[in-house]
Amino acid sequence: MKGAIANPIIAVLLMAAVTYLTRAIPLTFFRKEIRSPYIKTFFNYMPFAVLGALTFPDVFTATGSVISSVAGCIVAVLLALKGKSMIFVTICAIIAVYIVGFVA
Amino acid sequence: MARPKVDKIAGTECDFVYGLKRGIPITLGYVPVGFTFGLMVVAGGLSPWVAVFTSMTNLSSAGQFAGIRLLLAGASYLEIMLTTLVINFRYVLMSLSLTQKVDPEISLGQRLICSFGITDETFAVAGVENRRLSFSYLLGLIIGPIIAWSGGTALGGLVSTALPPQLSSAMGIGLYAMFIALITPPAVKARPVLGVILISVSISVVLRYLPLFSFVSAGFRIIIATIVGAGISSWLWPSSDSEPQTVKE
Repeated sequence: MKGAIANPIIAVLLMAAVTYLTRAIPLTFFRKEIRSPYIKTFFNYMPFAVLGALTFPDVFTATGSVISSVAGCIVAVLLALKGKSMIFVTICAIIAVYIVGFVA
Repeated sequence: MARPKVDKIAGTECDFVYGLKRGIPITLGYVPVGFTFGLMVVAGGLSPWVAVFTSMTNLSSAGQFAGIRLLLAGASYLEIMLTTLVINFRYVLMSLSLTQKVDPEISLGQRLICSFGITDETFAVAGVENRRLSFSYLLGLIIGPIIAWSGGTALGGLVSTALPPQLSSAMGIGLYAMFIALITPPAVKARPVLGVILISVSISVVLRYLPLFSFVSAGFRIIIATIVGAGISSWLWPSSDSEPQTVKE
C-alpha cells in the first residue's frame, strides 16, 4: 500500500457528484413516454439482471474464504426460497459464514 | 399484498405511508450492510466520520465500497471517479426506467430530490409497483433506507475496533445476502424472471473468469451482463402485458 492517499473528503465528494448525476439526469430531463413493448419488458427485467450480475460470482469471494462464502450463499438462497424477509436472510447468512469460518 | 388499485396519482399522505411500508425491508437490510461499510472504512485507517459522510452523500453500496478501496490503495481522483461512474452507471438505466413510472406532474425539484434515493433495492421495489409513482410515495420509500444506510455505517465505524475480525469478515456476505433475498422469490414465481437472472449471471461469470475478457472492469461487467441479460430475455420472453413481476415485501 502506498503511503499517501488522496484527500478523503474530496474523493468522497467527487464520488457523490458522479453518482448523483447518473441518477438525476435521466429522471429529471427525460420525460417522453416509451411505447415500445420490447423496451418496457426490458425495463421490467432489468432489476433482476442487475442484482443477479452484482451477486454472482462476487458473492463467492465476499468473506475472504471461498468455503464460508459458499456456505453463506447457500443459506441465503435456501431462506429466500422459503420467503423469509430480507433482514432475516441477511443476518442468518452472516451467522452461517461466521460459524463456518471457525470450522473450516 | 391486497391493496386496491389506486387511480389517483396525486400525492396523498396515504401514499407516503405506503411508500414507508414498502421501504421497511430495505431499511432493515441496509443496517448490516452499512455497518460492514463502516467497518471497512475504519479498518482501512480512515475516521468513522468519513465513513458516515460517504454513506450520506453517496448512498450506493457497490460503488462506495469500490471507491473507498481505491482511495485506500492510493488511487488518483480520476481513477476513483471513473470507477464509481462505471459501477454506478446502472443507475442511469434505472432512472430512465423510472421516468416511465413516475407521475408526470412531479416537479423538477421533486425529481431532483427523488433521484438521490435511487438504489438497486429501492428501484427493485418502485420498479415493480403496479401504479404511477407519486412524489409522496417515493419520498416515503427512500427515507428509511437513507437513514438506515448512514446509521448502520456510523454503528459499524464506531464499534469496528471492538468487533472480532472473524465477525467483521463474515459481514461481507451481507450485501449479497440482501440481493439474494430480493431476487429469489420473484424468480420462483415467474419463469422468465428466473431466465433473466440465469442469463445475466452466466454472462457475469464468463466475463469474470474467462481470460479473454480480463480487460473488462467490474463496473462494465455488471453493465454488459445487465443489458445483454435483460435484452435477450425481453426477446425470448416478451411479456404479454406490461404488468411487472412482484418483488417480495
